[in-house]
Amino acid sequence: MRPEIGFAAIKLLEEAGCEVAVPSAQTCCGQPAYNSGNAANACALAAKTLNEFEPFDYVVVPSGSCAGQIKVHFPQLFENDPQLRARAEQLAARTYELSDFLVSVAPRRSPRAAACGRITYHDSCSGLREMGIKTQPRELLAQAGAELIEMKDCEQCCGFGGTFAVKYGDISGAIVNEKCRHIQATGADAVVLGDLGCMLNIEGRLQRLGDKTRVLHVAQVLAGSA
Amino acid sequence: MQVQSMHFKQRAGQKLADVRLQKNLRKLAEKFVTARSAAIAELDDFEATRDAAVERRNRVLATLDVWLQTFERNATAHGATVLYAQTHEDAARLIVEIAALHGVRKVTKSKSMVSEEIGLNHAFGAAGITPVETDLGEYILQINDNEAPSHIIAPVIHKDKEEISDLFARVHGLPRKTEITQLTREAREVLRGHFLSADMGVTGANFLIAETGSAAVVTNEGNEGMCTIMPPKVHVVLTGIEKLLPTLEDLATLMRLLPRSATGQQISNYLSLLTGPRRASEVDGPEHMYYVLLDAGRSALIGGEFQEMLRCIRCGACMNHCPVYQNVGGHAYGWVYPGPMGSVLTPAFVGLENAGDLPNASTFCGECAVVCPVKIPLPDLMRKLREQQVERGLRAKRERVALTVWLALARRPRLYALIAALSAHTLSRLAGKTKLLHWLPFGSGWTKGRDMPAPAGRTFRALYRMREQKKSNVGD
Repeated sequence: MRPEIGFAAIKLLEEAGCEVAVPSAQTCCGQPAYNSGNAANACALAAKTLNEFEPFDYVVVPSGSCAGQIKVHFPQLFENDPQLRARAEQLAARTYELSDFLVSVAPRRSPRAAACGRITYHDSCSGLREMGIKTQPRELLAQAGAELIEMKDCEQCCGFGGTFAVKYGDISGAIVNEKCRHIQATGADAVVLGDLGCMLNIEGRLQRLGDKTRVLHVAQVLAGSA
Repeated sequence: MQVQSMHFKQRAGQKLADVRLQKNLRKLAEKFVTARSAAIAELDDFEATRDAAVERRNRVLATLDVWLQTFERNATAHGATVLYAQTHEDAARLIVEIAALHGVRKVTKSKSMVSEEIGLNHAFGAAGITPVETDLGEYILQINDNEAPSHIIAPVIHKDKEEISDLFARVHGLPRKTEITQLTREAREVLRGHFLSADMGVTGANFLIAETGSAAVVTNEGNEGMCTIMPPKVHVVLTGIEKLLPTLEDLATLMRLLPRSATGQQISNYLSLLTGPRRASEVDGPEHMYYVLLDAGRSALIGGEFQEMLRCIRCGACMNHCPVYQNVGGHAYGWVYPGPMGSVLTPAFVGLENAGDLPNASTFCGECAVVCPVKIPLPDLMRKLREQQVERGLRAKRERVALTVWLALARRPRLYALIAALSAHTLSRLAGKTKLLHWLPFGSGWTKGRDMPAPAGRTFRALYRMREQKKSNVGD
């Protein structure tokens, strides 16, 4: 959907002195299957992902919910398979959400000014509650010279919830509407976040409202590509 | 209470369109969410208290039969009678039989969600006995043609003052009052007569204390006391078998969490510990005390995937904080227990086939688990229910097909890349200059209230491969 996010993440990691590789056979981590109750297929995709990511020192994910799937849910998926569970736990220990990695593991980054005006930050649910992402993006944005205005209820869900947004479109629409009201109330030029799902949801609603507030992934802002 | 949970989606749509309800639901977050956050901040060991509460509730559930026996022995030693009901019907029948045994004509009630579960008022009505709800919220619902509560601790959260003013004027036949204090006084005056003329009081219990054989009842209005010690000859405690705590010390721990999580109060206005009927030397209290302890699906959860749900102390924090509940209110859930806890309890108690929407009607934002004072992993339990639905073939065919196709693709990287590239290209072209899709095949739910920002014309994978090739060419 947004290739520029992936390239912004690569740029940030390379600037931090990392050698970055994207496994060519990598597809989906299986979260949609897992959350839809299709555990068998989620296991199959998790095992596939394990195979692809195991050779690396770290797995860095520019998405709180995909990171949460690997770190929190992969070990749960292999509850009854001690061998795979052990492998999943080892991988989980090396898996980081991007902003957390840039703060906790590889903090050698040259700050650059973000050129997107005043911003507000939406805390995506999985990043916040499964990965503990709260201060890290704010810290990085501050280093980069961004002016952050906090919105009301920044930790409240935007109503995306994967297939929830399609299955219960009305309810999801009402939730994202409220999120957009809080964003608009800040008067910020851009809303920044760390998850593609929330991004499409919020952007889609703002656009429908005719609101030109930009919706940006934190990697785009930090890499100066926004 | 009739289960309407299979109509969740339709009911939710109606609730979203109800302008008045939407305005009233705003009170929820303003009142309870803010108050809880302040109240738990005052506890410097909130997390440790939660852990202690989890440990105590788990200890009970691990050997529930033994704790029930202990409770029964001690309650009986204090002169109470302990009865067990396997089903909703059994419980209602037992209570009507108790009423008949003592020649009861009128019953005052203090809130018990279990009484909603078993449809007690209906059973009383059928037996010619008059039940009177005495919690202000429940009273309002009863005089409004027996409307169902929409929240487990704030049953009329869906109504505003104006509606209640109109209702009181109509039902009481008195001049319309507009101030809350006047309305409360009016209800109090009506209820006073009922308290004095009732023969039996029915209450719930927030906890049952095994070591003393007591019921612990938490209220803010104090009407529980009126129901149990004013005149009633008979007091019936109706609650679920899982409400046990081993000791009074455990109650002290739980009471640090319950009011704070529920209403954001440090303590509730009243906490009554009721132990047996009136003794010879006492002037207050009922002559007879009965416990009716309901199973109705609870014991079936023990030892299974959903046992953790039995730790629930019915505080309502999960619904207060749930973005779905906040937008649709409790009636959309279609049974006694709304919100995230109801999305697990309802399928567990009335069957997944009757409540299929509920475990799916969650964004999995996880806030419910964060605020749950006894750390019930509500999203995980909802996910397990979704797994059961898939195993039992209870999901819609279209959804199953879509997921199967997606999974088949995700396991074939080259095909996945091809389809992703084709879709990105097509959707990008369809969106045109605006880069927005106003309509999606199979995604009308999405496009009803928002556009779909179109994908960039080329995928990350394609661009990344080009970049790698370029790099290796330069390397050559």
